[in-house]
Amino acid sequence: MKHSFGDCLFKWGCLFCAAMALLLLFGFFAQLTAGSAEAWRRFGFGFLVSSAWDPVAGKFGALPAVTGTLLTTAIALIAALPLAFAAAMYLTDAPRPIALVLGHAVDLLAAIPSVIYGMWGLFVLVPLMQDHVQPFLVERLGLCGLPFVNRDFNGFGIFTAGIILAVMILPYICAVMRDVFVMTPPVLRESAFGVGCTRWEVARDIVLGYGMRGVMGGVFIGLGRALGETMAVLFVIGNVMKMPDGIFSGSTTIAATLANNFPEADGLQKSALFALGLILLCMSFGIQSLSQYCLRADAVRRGSR
Amino acid sequence: MAIKAKAENLNFFYGGHQALFDNNLEVEANRITAVIGPSGCGKSTHLRIYNRIFELYRDQRAEGRLMIDGVNVLDSGVDVLELRRKVGMIFQKPTPFPMSVFDNVAYPLKLHYKLKGGELNDRVEAALRGASLWEEVRDKLKSGGLALSGGQQQRLCIARAIAAEPEILLMDEPTSAIDPVATLKIEELMLELKSRFTIVIVTHNMQQAARISDFTAFFYKGRIIESGPTGTIFTAPSNPKTEEYITGRFG
Ligand SMILES: Nc1ncnc2c1ncn2[C@@H]1O[C@H](COP(=O)(O)OP(=O)(O)OP(=O)(O)O)[C@@H](O)[C@H]1O
Ligand SMILES: [Mg+2]
Repeated sequence: MKHSFGDCLFKWGCLFCAAMALLLLFGFFAQLTAGSAEAWRRFGFGFLVSSAWDPVAGKFGALPAVTGTLLTTAIALIAALPLAFAAAMYLTDAPRPIALVLGHAVDLLAAIPSVIYGMWGLFVLVPLMQDHVQPFLVERLGLCGLPFVNRDFNGFGIFTAGIILAVMILPYICAVMRDVFVMTPPVLRESAFGVGCTRWEVARDIVLGYGMRGVMGGVFIGLGRALGETMAVLFVIGNVMKMPDGIFSGSTTIAATLANNFPEADGLQKSALFALGLILLCMSFGIQSLSQYCLRADAVRRGSR
Repeated sequence: MAIKAKAENLNFFYGGHQALFDNNLEVEANRITAVIGPSGCGKSTHLRIYNRIFELYRDQRAEGRLMIDGVNVLDSGVDVLELRRKVGMIFQKPTPFPMSVFDNVAYPLKLHYKLKGGELNDRVEAALRGASLWEEVRDKLKSGGLALSGGQQQRLCIARAIAAEPEILLMDEPTSAIDPVATLKIEELMLELKSRFTIVIVTHNMQQAARISDFTAFFYKGRIIESGPTGTIFTAPSNPKTEEYITGRFG
């Protein structure tokens, strides 16, 4: 029975490989939890709301890094969403050759290594922000009255990082949106045009409404990417371990803090970094689950129609 | 009788493929005109010219003239959005929009008449009553359009179409995806609606055409072989092809 022995081996081999994913997942959680145990014991949940980061005094808090992460991600999303929506709309409806070329170009954006984005950010975006964009936003548009807006034009900081992240997550969101929009039943579009809608009205009220859950899935995928992005952010965020004064301040994100501090960290600081890692993992995990849920809900609904 | 719409030498092309040849047809106001013919003969294609919905696709093209109230609607100067308000369309499969029952009907009202508040509510109710749907959905106005049954969804689409106060209703096999009881309801509804609208309906159901239509046009291979009062077409067709089709010998 050589034959069935081979079969058996194959089956168990496959099972093992598939189970690896689960094992790794547990492994990560376990290791981060164990590594951060000391920090949690010392600071408790105060760790989440403390903005101290003082290796000498042995005081650590997650708030600056979490704030930086959330703010950069929010800016990235606000900037990327309308662009991705417009691009996806155009791509679903464009003449074939144009759609093909532009579609590939968008997909290729996703293939650019993040360190390249970082370099571009440092050498192009930062000076541009410092000399033109930030003065324009603050002085010309008078945005400095708003909360979170400070006059601090050195080009580095949350805003710049958010813009880079926006460019980086754009192709992901756009690709998902395009796939969702293409699935709109032609007869639904036709009946919307049939009541006298313009293209914009069809896009906003019908295509988006019909694909809402899929679009949300795409948004969460983009969010997940932005949350964990390290390299590109590291170049332009300024790496300041304190609460930012506003979106033009230098700041840090969880991922950037980890990359910056692990090499020379030990003891309590190392444990605090593990705790940050655990927070990031939980955030990404939650976002990823949400995106999976949305995309699956979308698929189920299409299947049942 | 007043002529509402008149096709004059209409030809239609899907890219290089010609689907309609020299269609000539007069559609009388406040009457039901049935369009019959075997599958693939161009019935839907003909209807899709009236509201210029074919223009959504780059390779589709119509030639000839389509007069509605004496204006050739294929002229480039015609306001397409206004044309589509004037010419409503119902499809074979119900197409509720991804919004609530109320919003489905309110949507064209907001679009064309910028209505809101009490006036909007009244017009929505009137349209739903006009589509004999009000009693069934008055408690479900907030729930999604997809939560209704197929027949209800189709009447919701009719309500949506008549809410915009169109003058012509195009119906492309509106009852072929719906059960017999719901079909009867929609047929009764059409008989009521013809006092307010001009109706053109595509149907594969000869009994249906005979029951509800005043005029009938028989399409065959992209041409209109015969058209006239329904009574004449069904009892004394002048073309042998028409007779063959009506008696069910092909198609
Ligand atoms: N999108 C399209 N591209 C190319 N050819 C098409 C397209 N739609 C229809 N045709 C062709 O045009 C002709 C007429 O089609 P049409 O849909 O108008 O027929 P129909 O009478 O409505 O048929 P049915 O009763 O099956 O609905 C057919 O030969 C069909 O193959
Ligand atoms: Mg058809």
